[in-house]
Amino acid sequence: MPIVSRGFKGKRRGEGPSDRVPPGQYLTDDFPVLSAGPTPHTPVDQWDFTITGEVDELTRWTWDEFRALPSETFTVDIHCVTKWSKLDTVWEGVRLDTLLERVETAVDYATAYCDGGYTTNVPLADLAGGRAWVVYGYDGELLDPEHGGPARLLVPHLYFWKSAKWVRGLRLTATDEPGFWESNGYNLYGDPWREQRYWGD
Amino acid sequence: MLDGNAVAGLLQEVFGTDVTAATGTCASCTAVDAVGAVHVYVAAGVVLRCPHCGSVLMRVVRSDKRLWVDLRGLRSLQLESI
Repeated sequence: MPIVSRGFKGKRRGEGPSDRVPPGQYLTDDFPVLSAGPTPHTPVDQWDFTITGEVDELTRWTWDEFRALPSETFTVDIHCVTKWSKLDTVWEGVRLDTLLERVETAVDYATAYCDGGYTTNVPLADLAGGRAWVVYGYDGELLDPEHGGPARLLVPHLYFWKSAKWVRGLRLTATDEPGFWESNGYNLYGDPWREQRYWGD
Repeated sequence: MLDGNAVAGLLQEVFGTDVTAATGTCASCTAVDAVGAVHVYVAAGVVLRCPHCGSVLMRVVRSDKRLWVDLRGLRSLQLESI
């Protein structure tokens, strides 16, 4: 079925260095756009980021408050479950550690929720330790809406479906609750180095 | 914008017959449309959305060995009997 086959062909194809390209992936220089729905265009004056759920107190940042937080520009590799990987992508954003340090919680899981209704689940431990960000810049520019702007989650050590576009917040949960794709075939965790693409992988 | 006809082959694999002329009822807004006319997005899997309210009608994920089909957004599907 061509429409769902692994068909996104980059200008450059290859296996790349095995310490940087997980099993079953190929390299691309392109930045394919995959979306489960239409692109929302949320104005930043109507944007906020909220951490809710099993928390002592709901915590919310407006766009201006969010942009005033300490941020960083950093370079990571990304790996899409549709088998393309892209090396040395440059992002700008706020570490999840910076957001989570404001929150008191006793639970271990998070569901990212987004404009457009998309959700994805990630253990809180994977959002901590400088391994996850909410990003608003890509390659020196503001993040384009088709790539998730004004802001997206970025968790590059997991498959890219976890890096939810148009993210608006986290809901902290006591159990690992499957998100949009995880509830219909895709792996609950999604480690590209263990090829955890689907249920049971 | 893709429509349901663009994923006719995948849907045939799911249902065992051509369903592009079948009519589905959106569980969210109750609009009725031919499957071939609904909106389709392709990401990690295929998402069929109601062209009226945008709600998800159907999600299909395909691996080399398995298919997963989520029909929660479809209240009913009417097909011609064979």
